Amino acid sequence: MGTLVTGAIVCYLAGALAALLGNDRWGRILGAWGAASGAAISLALGMVALASGSVFSAVFDFPSLTGFALRIDGLSAPFLILTGLVGAASAVYGAGYSAAYTGVYSLRKLGALFNLLLLTLTLQVMADNALTFLLLWEAMSLVAYLLVLTEHREPATIRAANWYIAITHVGFAALLAMFFLLSAGDLSAAFDTLRANAPVLTQRNAIFILALLGFSAKAGLIPLHVWLPMAHPVAPSHVSALLSGVVIKMGVYGFCRIVLDLMGGGSAWWGGLTLALGVASALFGVLYALMEHDLKRLLAYHSVENIGIIFIGIGAGLMFQSYGLMSLAALGFVAALYHTINHACFKGLLFLGAGSVLHATGTRNMEEMGGLIKRMPRTALMFLIGAASISALPPLNGFASEWLIFQTLLGGSHIPEPAVALMIPIAVALLALTGGLAMACFVKAFGITFLAIPRSHAAEQAHESPFSMQAGMGILGLACIGLGLTPFFVVPVLGRALAGLDRLAWETTVFSLTLPLNTPATFGSMSSPLLAAGLLILLGLIPLALWVIGANRRTRVGDTWGCGRIAQTPRMQYTATAFAEPLRRVFAELYRPTKDLSIDFHPESKYFVQSIEYQSEIHPWFEKLLYQPLIGIFHRIADRVRWIQAGWLGLYLTYMLVGLIALLVLAWWTP
Amino acid sequence: MQLFSKILSVGIVTEPLDDGGEGVELARQVAEKTQKLLGRAVGIREVDAGSCNGCEVEITGLTGPVYDLERFGLRFVASPRHADMLLVTGPVTRNMEVPLRKTYEATPDPKLVVAVGDCAKTCGVFQGSYAVAGSVDSVIPVDVFVRGCPPEPADILRGILAALDRLPPK
Amino acid sequence: MSGWLVEFFQIVFALALAPGLVGLIRWIKARLQSRLGAPPWQPYRELGKLFHKEAVVSKNASWIFRFAPYAVSASTLAIAFLVPVLVVPRRLDMVGDLFVVVYLLLLGTFWLALAGLDPGSAFGGMGSSREVTVAALAEPTTATAIFSLALGAGSTNLGAIVVAALNDPWTVLTPGHLLAFAALFIVAIAETGRLPVDNPSTHLELTMIHEAMILEYSGRYLALLEWASWLKLFVFLSLLANLFFPWGIATTLTPGALSWAIVTLLVKLALLAVVIAVMETRVAKLRLFRVPELLTASFVLALLAITSSFLLR
Repeated sequence: MGTLVTGAIVCYLAGALAALLGNDRWGRILGAWGAASGAAISLALGMVALASGSVFSAVFDFPSLTGFALRIDGLSAPFLILTGLVGAASAVYGAGYSAAYTGVYSLRKLGALFNLLLLTLTLQVMADNALTFLLLWEAMSLVAYLLVLTEHREPATIRAANWYIAITHVGFAALLAMFFLLSAGDLSAAFDTLRANAPVLTQRNAIFILALLGFSAKAGLIPLHVWLPMAHPVAPSHVSALLSGVVIKMGVYGFCRIVLDLMGGGSAWWGGLTLALGVASALFGVLYALMEHDLKRLLAYHSVENIGIIFIGIGAGLMFQSYGLMSLAALGFVAALYHTINHACFKGLLFLGAGSVLHATGTRNMEEMGGLIKRMPRTALMFLIGAASISALPPLNGFASEWLIFQTLLGGSHIPEPAVALMIPIAVALLALTGGLAMACFVKAFGITFLAIPRSHAAEQAHESPFSMQAGMGILGLACIGLGLTPFFVVPVLGRALAGLDRLAWETTVFSLTLPLNTPATFGSMSSPLLAAGLLILLGLIPLALWVIGANRRTRVGDTWGCGRIAQTPRMQYTATAFAEPLRRVFAELYRPTKDLSIDFHPESKYFVQSIEYQSEIHPWFEKLLYQPLIGIFHRIADRVRWIQAGWLGLYLTYMLVGLIALLVLAWWTP
Repeated sequence: MQLFSKILSVGIVTEPLDDGGEGVELARQVAEKTQKLLGRAVGIREVDAGSCNGCEVEITGLTGPVYDLERFGLRFVASPRHADMLLVTGPVTRNMEVPLRKTYEATPDPKLVVAVGDCAKTCGVFQGSYAVAGSVDSVIPVDVFVRGCPPEPADILRGILAALDRLPPK
Repeated sequence: MSGWLVEFFQIVFALALAPGLVGLIRWIKARLQSRLGAPPWQPYRELGKLFHKEAVVSKNASWIFRFAPYAVSASTLAIAFLVPVLVVPRRLDMVGDLFVVVYLLLLGTFWLALAGLDPGSAFGGMGSSREVTVAALAEPTTATAIFSLALGAGSTNLGAIVVAALNDPWTVLTPGHLLAFAALFIVAIAETGRLPVDNPSTHLELTMIHEAMILEYSGRYLALLEWASWLKLFVFLSLLANLFFPWGIATTLTPGALSWAIVTLLVKLALLAVVIAVMETRVAKLRLFRVPELLTASFVLALLAITSSFLLR
């Protein structure tokens, strides 16, 4: 495994160098090659780690940086796998996609930073002490920030990047405090030592809260999610795929590492709080996604939703662990890990698809698209696979992991306290609601974007993506299908990721095509491959049956039935806003939609309308209730304190002198 | 509960269809294959090509309990794509000429057309008006004309059944 | 081997009886409207006619439009393989449990909604938008009702739930069970597009939900979609009948048990058909924006079912 690690690092660095030094075309291609091969090696690394179950560790001592320690164990492996998968696909995709930036924005920076981001992501899950962890965390955040700023001439990009870096650093501050408490001041102590000392720490609750704060800022959990719908849309699409697919999973990784691994779980309210935040994120994420008609912003809100689902699994697992229901807890964590990998795959695929649409039409606004399925058939098929996966439709991967999470939650009836146990059916109900709403949202996203008639000139002129972009999407599409058809294989393998986590042993199940769950609390079974086979057989049998009964096979092509109207224009179709309108009405209390309607009449007669403009906005609750007050407070403090910065050089020199004298006095006074 | 006691007290009020009336006129011979295919289950799409709605009121009576077209397997459908038969009323006005033709084209084969009312055959009282394009058979091929202004619902029913060769025996 | 023969027979049975069930409901409604109405076997004639008509397809539609009827039929047929109809447990019981059934229904809805958007007609878009709204809002109730059923049986496997109810007949009268039945009945009405949620025989496009999505379909495609929607009603009603009142269902493969299962299923379905027909006569269609209230009421019923199951365990 050591050679694989070195190989990955070398590939990434080579890719970054090639991107920096090469010319426009070769820098782009070689940079992509470096990233893709490094990612492939990370993927292999993760699979080897899970397959062999062995642990790799290494400690580096650099001249001024002692104690840089790396360790790969079962928990790192799934994250290495998803980094590798999404990283390779994004890299291949980016080779073609970033060609559009030639001469406009710096390709060198894009390629180099992309490779560096993958490098930090790969090393992040291997960090074995607090120092390494924090260093890599900050490096990852900064590189991601720079990547978000790629299109730096757009004002929305700068605003988004500011929010991102601010919230990420709030999280970082929390993590710093948390690690200080956890390691009792010794940041270079290995995680093994921290694990051993954790049970006797006194501030376990504080550590948990800080960890939750810090990691939810990275993962995009409510209420620290506001940067996600701003930052992910403005980044280049292959970077968005990586951000949504991998970077936010580092929050999940960190949380699992600290709370599950190092702290070994804790009181029931830890799990309850995580579960509640997960449910809130899932629900709010999908509800806000429904109202979006910017394709990438919609996908970003869905990332919030799915992170919520992942944390539902983790929260349920923590709750079961605190009540001693170990097999259910293991099921919960495995379900969460499975959903993490699945989400990385289908969200990556969807972002790459959205990038193809953006590349072809020049717009992210769904209301200007339409009919793309005829002009971009392969992209449409890939997007359809991603949309079906995220809507948790059998037999794809989203369904497999959501089924597992439901089964975990069903075990909640075994929690001894009824008041706590009653949380679980509510979580089940809200999870089901988000699943249904996600499907509604993706019918809208796919239907309005790809089906019917083009709604704008840009959509009429759309062209299919170049081969590299199709290949990138194809990799993830195959991964979605593969992960969906093989839960019987993936789940036991992920169970091994929990090996080494205290008391959470996963019972090995007999290999069979179904996925039987035999925990003491619940049993159920589901077989994705048999389901897929059954559906395919039926899909073949039905036309055969039609042929046997001699059904009429004539098909005539005609106009769309529009009550006999003379002609059909693109304006006569449904729009994305109209599609989501029933749900906007149902959840009006949450959305508080404002409506702005302005009608321009013909100058000569009020009976003829020249144009109608309709604008509707939904109430940004989190910004209004949480962030604007906080920002306001900081502005007021800054206003008060401003007098210190008078602008006069002499005053600043006086400050320095006074400070120096104070320090000297202090040094002389304290021995 | 008042509803159900009323239902019980009223009972079935459907009147049997007899063979009377001369209002039905076969415009052309319908293919036997079509009649066999559509014989027992017909979807009807009603098209108002500019009528005064007198015929429509009578047609609405067909769905009521007295005339009950469903007992013959006939049904009104919402879309011409679901339809096997177009029930056209009105002199075809200029504005409805293209929609009528489009409705006819939207209907899958095999299909029948029954034109109801004097307006549908001869443009009735609107004959020669500047707003009228022509009778129904100048726009689409018609299989059966049902004359009357407006024709009785029973006549309309007989016209539809005549197209299907299912008229009650004399 | 005989097990597989019985499986095949159950599918054929479901396919063959589904149009008859809808025909029966229409016939009862006609009689309640004081008219003769079409005979209960009229839907068979309609299917026969539709299969022999040509299909007209919009020039704006893509492959999704032509593929959707097959996808919807396949997913509904797949459900028919998993739901307890005559025999329990089914051969393919381990392939899918109640969650798989719910998500297969969502799969069908997904394809149908896309097909509604494909031709670019406003009616289709409206139908799709409303259909996915209703489907999404029915989800929490379904999940909670499944939870309460699974609590009693210790599993979400359909066979296990039915067997648990058979073994302990008094569970049928527990408040949890009855409340869950009421909740799932409302969901069945919503999902299969019956009054008061959706009127299956309306011609006014603005009142349509399911019909609006199939306005563009004709010929064999329409036949497949209609049959699939009738099969969905059949499957839902069998599910309701057999999960909540499973007496009579065969647990062995003897001819006697099977005939008794057929007879009891026919009786239960006929009863449910009468209930639906009477309800459709009595109740007017809810306007679309009142449907969420109905679905919320069903969710509250399901929550009460769960709470009572928890507390009375």
